[in-house]
Amino acid sequence: MSDHIVKAYDEDLAQLKTMLAQMGGLVEQQLDDAIDALYRRDTALADLVIQNDEKVDTLEHQVEEKAILTIAKRQPVARDLREIMVAIRVASDLERIGDLAKNTAKRTHAVSEQLPRKLMAGVTRMGRMAQAELKSILDAYARSDAAMALEVWRSDEDLDALYNSIFRELLTYMMEDPRNISLCTHLLFGAKNMERIGDHATNIAENIHYLVHGKPLAEGRPKKDVTSSLRIEGFNPSDE
Amino acid sequence: MNAAVPYQTVVTPASPRIMAERPMKITARGVDVYYGDKHAINQLSIDIPDRAVSAFIGPSGCGKSTFLRAINRMNDTIPSCRVTGDIVIDGDDIYDSKLDVVQLRARVGMVFQKPNPFPKAIYENVAYGPRIHGMAKNKAELDVIVEQSLRKAGLWEEVKDRLAHPGTGLSGGQQQRLCIARAIAVNPEVILMDEPCSALDPIATAKIEELIDELRQNYCIVIVTHSMQQAARVSQLTAFFHLGTLVEYGDTDEMFTAPQEKRTQDYITGRFG
Repeated sequence: MSDHIVKAYDEDLAQLKTMLAQMGGLVEQQLDDAIDALYRRDTALADLVIQNDEKVDTLEHQVEEKAILTIAKRQPVARDLREIMVAIRVASDLERIGDLAKNTAKRTHAVSEQLPRKLMAGVTRMGRMAQAELKSILDAYARSDAAMALEVWRSDEDLDALYNSIFRELLTYMMEDPRNISLCTHLLFGAKNMERIGDHATNIAENIHYLVHGKPLAEGRPKKDVTSSLRIEGFNPSDE
Repeated sequence: MNAAVPYQTVVTPASPRIMAERPMKITARGVDVYYGDKHAINQLSIDIPDRAVSAFIGPSGCGKSTFLRAINRMNDTIPSCRVTGDIVIDGDDIYDSKLDVVQLRARVGMVFQKPNPFPKAIYENVAYGPRIHGMAKNKAELDVIVEQSLRKAGLWEEVKDRLAHPGTGLSGGQQQRLCIARAIAVNPEVILMDEPCSALDPIATAKIEELIDELRQNYCIVIVTHSMQQAARVSQLTAFFHLGTLVEYGDTDEMFTAPQEKRTQDYITGRFG
């Protein structure tokens, strides 16, 4: 993309891409730390994540400003215009992923006193999976690789499937022993956060497709999160 | 557009939406234009719809103005210029030897880059065409044509009290609208505009663009412009010319967001020119 007659235009676009890469790196780190903090119940690390979220927000604002300024100055069209619009949208998805990481980190405080470590395994696994999805999609974005983006977009199904099984698993623990309810609810929100991160990654994938091909992705997304309509068998208050 | 298809076969736009809604006005097939030895346009074929604005864009020397001038045979005035192929307006071959060129230019009006009012009164500038074409039986009828033309060109309110003043005394933007009024006065079907705003300031440009948008309800308008933004703003169809060929022709909205051809993309994004 670096061959405009006006060299400063190339620099504007390159800067935007650099800012996005920086933001992506920071959000990846935030997510990694949030998962670690929750797993090891490391409240100090969790606090760091909460603190650093501001940096993500700041970067998003900077991306927005840079994008608006570039539009005002260059009147971009065609691929250049898509490049800038997609940068704004990706920044907004990354900012949301950052928020979800922060929210997950916050829950470290709530679970830190309670023990059963086996309960953590599922959420941590989901976290690692969401992390891998995020990494792949950031790579695809950096390379403007629509085929790779499509792969990530399809793979989000797996994360949804894992979320469904964790949802059921956590319900089982809650039914086993009501003392687990508080902890499990936090873990359930944590798992939901990871599932949402996957959704943001698919948003980014759709944007990469648009960036490269100039039209929206035609296929319907495989949406496999069924928990919102899941009936909770064996826990019917009217039975009591 | 398939890359394997030669550019010369680009005739109807990639998006048939606009074409389906409107009748075709101008049809060109296999047009070649030469200036002496120089081959300025190479086997150009295009369909241009009525009641829409079609913009021709492309780097200098790409042939867009040459083709525009071929549509009302302005090239006849250049001795070394030779045009072959067919250009048909509403079924009439405009290069037919029996065709009256003066009549043709009444049907196909033209507005130039630099406003060129006659050094006469504002009224006379507009009345000239209708008078030589015998369109008015008396002064009263002529007055009506002059007023209507000036109104359509959005100039009436500004000049109605000084119709006897010279047209050359108006501002650049007003002069250009006077030229548009003059073109409209003979009741043309097609209006060709060759960079009509390049000598105007942004406000005067906006007024001309607003005018073009109104005129397209009734006319087939073809505009050559060096301003990509202007093409994007005023036209429904955009044709990209390069080195005497038509590279891509399509829905303006698509041309400026997702053009099919790499050469179009490179040009409109400012990568060569």
